[in-house]
Amino acid sequence: MSFEPALRRVGAAAMAALLLGAAPTALLAETPADTLVIADAIDDIVSLDPAEAYEFSGLDVVNNLYNGLIELDPTKPGELVPGLAESWTVSEDGLTYSFKIKAGLMFASGNPVTADDAAYSLQRVVKLDKTPAFILNQFGWTKDNVDQMVTASGDTLTLKTDKKYAPTFLYNCLTAGVASIVDKKLLEENATDGDMGYAYLATGTASAGTGAYVLKSYKPKEGYLLEANANAAVFKPVLAKVLMRHVPEAATERLMLEKGDIDISRELTPVDVEGMAGNAEVKIQQDVGGQIFYLSFNQKNENYKNEKFLDAMRWSIDYQGMADTILKGAMVPHQAFLPKGYLGALEDLPYKLDVEKAKGLLAESGIKDPTITLDVRNASDRMEMAQSIQNTFGQVGIKVELNIGDGAEQLKRYRARQHDGTLQSWGPDYPDPQTNAGSFAWNNDNTDEAKVGTLAWRNAYDPGPLNAAVDAAVQEGDAAKRKAMYEEMQKTHRETSPFIVMFQIGYQTGTLANLSGFYTGGATDSAAYWTVTK
Amino acid sequence: MGRRFGPAPRTPMADTSDYTAPSRVGILARQSAGVLISLAFTFLGLLLVTFIIARVVPIDPVLSILGDRATEAQIAAERTRLGLDKPMIEQFGIYLWQAVHGDLGVSIRTKQPVISEIAQYFPATLELATLGTLVGVLLGVPAGVLAATKPGSWADQIVRLIGLMGYSMPVFWLGLMGLLLFYGVLDWVGGPGRLDAAYDMMFQFEVTAHTGMILIDTALAGRWDMFSNAISHIILPASLLGYLSMAYISRMTRSFMMNELGQEYITTARVKGMPERRVIWVHAMKNVMVPLITVVALSYAYLLEGAVLTETIFGWPGLGAYITDALLVGDMPSVLGGTIVVGACYIGLNMVSDLLYKLVDPRART
Repeated sequence: MSFEPALRRVGAAAMAALLLGAAPTALLAETPADTLVIADAIDDIVSLDPAEAYEFSGLDVVNNLYNGLIELDPTKPGELVPGLAESWTVSEDGLTYSFKIKAGLMFASGNPVTADDAAYSLQRVVKLDKTPAFILNQFGWTKDNVDQMVTASGDTLTLKTDKKYAPTFLYNCLTAGVASIVDKKLLEENATDGDMGYAYLATGTASAGTGAYVLKSYKPKEGYLLEANANAAVFKPVLAKVLMRHVPEAATERLMLEKGDIDISRELTPVDVEGMAGNAEVKIQQDVGGQIFYLSFNQKNENYKNEKFLDAMRWSIDYQGMADTILKGAMVPHQAFLPKGYLGALEDLPYKLDVEKAKGLLAESGIKDPTITLDVRNASDRMEMAQSIQNTFGQVGIKVELNIGDGAEQLKRYRARQHDGTLQSWGPDYPDPQTNAGSFAWNNDNTDEAKVGTLAWRNAYDPGPLNAAVDAAVQEGDAAKRKAMYEEMQKTHRETSPFIVMFQIGYQTGTLANLSGFYTGGATDSAAYWTVTK
Repeated sequence: MGRRFGPAPRTPMADTSDYTAPSRVGILARQSAGVLISLAFTFLGLLLVTFIIARVVPIDPVLSILGDRATEAQIAAERTRLGLDKPMIEQFGIYLWQAVHGDLGVSIRTKQPVISEIAQYFPATLELATLGTLVGVLLGVPAGVLAATKPGSWADQIVRLIGLMGYSMPVFWLGLMGLLLFYGVLDWVGGPGRLDAAYDMMFQFEVTAHTGMILIDTALAGRWDMFSNAISHIILPASLLGYLSMAYISRMTRSFMMNELGQEYITTARVKGMPERRVIWVHAMKNVMVPLITVVALSYAYLLEGAVLTETIFGWPGLGAYITDALLVGDMPSVLGGTIVVGACYIGLNMVSDLLYKLVDPRART
């Protein structure tokens, strides 16, 4: 009895709350005019320190908070533009590069930008040695020598390399997020145990750059807020704020976009895109990213060294059919290891489904009733692709058994050369063709112990003359010659290697109709928020 | 009825004059010690099982953070840094030692202290689960009583149907349909997330987060505009969870109530001419309350564990999604930290329901 009145009071309060919620209350359905509101799945972020950030979502943030010496400008695709460096030169012998830092620039903190900051930033990456450090280590930099290889004097930064490389190779690598220039003074003030401000940046406490925005707050798996940087050094932002909300569910994002509660949705599926056709208040922006999807076969199995058999498989895949029926813009057919957007990328599509031709090639190969065990990640798009492949291979007379499993587990098998065939994806690491050439077509020691780690090595594939071609291309000083070398390399590779590149990823971004200037970064770069207007 | 006429309860004091009764403090201390020891063992078991399960699943946390491009040397260095190169039993020992000292470690994935992450996610879940349970009890108990008093009637059938739907319809479907209808079409409620974008930014910088629960924090700050916006966002997911727990609570209430209504004291009360409402809501309800408290506590605890699918659909940054995400990338400190909180919730709710028993059942007071 004694609790009854209490219960009644609680009940009344709850009813009031229910009614309050049900009534159309002060809903700010429209996003604030000076703020860009984006919904995306951002739980892949591991770190917001440019020396460590290496996931799509993390690099998007870094791209808007920091600048490099050289930049990619979203409004000038394919062009290298000055970032914090105003000019750069390379010595006769091709071993020494000089960068002149622009005068009068300031970090968001108000500290001046100097050549010393630039040297510190690059040395810091090598010393911290996080995953993306290899992008800079390629130039022969190590923890022990980096203080001599990367030096600053006055307004000039000098970079030395261990051997001669194509200058474009170095410049392209310097546009990557890992080569962002950070505020030395601020980081040293916030360093703990000599970590060069790593903990401070990695956990998203603050940012320390010259980019269009500064980091105002970051809550993992919840979102982040960026605010315009008054000292923005290279790109000036249009909108004052960017609010990212972590919304992992595509259907939910679509609903929010159609209601005008967000400006941009980055997780749409082809089904959502179809469903929004005819809605004049939203539009779909379609472009391609850098990730490519491919089949590869482990050459420890002798069958996969048989060129006729490999060729039979190339003609047994319904590239266009998959693109039209199941992938619908989420991927587009692509048949070379360099994604569209890269220097030298081949865009022709020589292979299509031709069951009769494939049957003939299979007969010529002399391989009877082949069976392939194909490792496939348990993601719905990949499983659908695998089923299509299983079906068309079956028509040709090649039996495919699918081994579906968790991504991390399959990656482990792949890295240990334990798979038979696998359906995989690969994203380039930096905007230079070497990133894929050096992995798909380079393996200088095909033994198990060597652990070369490249994709070629994982498939026990010895690229033979391609090794030399890759090494030559990365040192070629003439950009046009370099381009031709990559084209030639891709042709040889797709005709002889145990790799079958099938698709390049497509980005389908939903935005409100009044919004323009959003740039996803395409194949070579990360997202730019500073260009957006609404 | 038997209670009142039975022999007087025997207590040691009444038995013999020379018997020295243990002091109240002594009894209390012994009881508390017992409770504490069993608590410690429960937690230890819980952690050990979680720890072992997490270690046998074939997910390599190092590979999941460093990604495909890391070199063998970087992988080895990270493994050492995280202490994963030590024997499992030693890892567990280290974890326990730190946990006892209030340090739940640092999330492998986000590098944030687990304690502060839980302080961020748990209030969101607490807010949602509490409101959900409230809805479940307020609707479920009357529905169950109604069904029990008129078994076989249309009211009973409807309650049964609603209950069945709550049990059997997939929650993500219900959630999406709810969003589509009440948010998309009717515009009655706010969308996914805890606040509208504009309020979200204001909340971060204008309101002091005393509790992390937006409803309470905004109310304390007197920001009623923000409060009502938060209500409009929480009401749909809370109603959805409330519906699910209502389905369970109404079924249980019905069966408890039917059992009570068949008892002799109810017949006596009715014969004495007591109004039916009083018979049901006062006499029978008092006895139904005891098992019902357990049911409500369990369903509350279940919601506090976090409703992963609901949280995902509504973009709700709660504990369920936190633990699930962490498990999928092998982020053990986060999983274990979350498990401790869930365990503590169960234990806490058990203690609260024990307390409530004493309130409603005089027999439990001695």
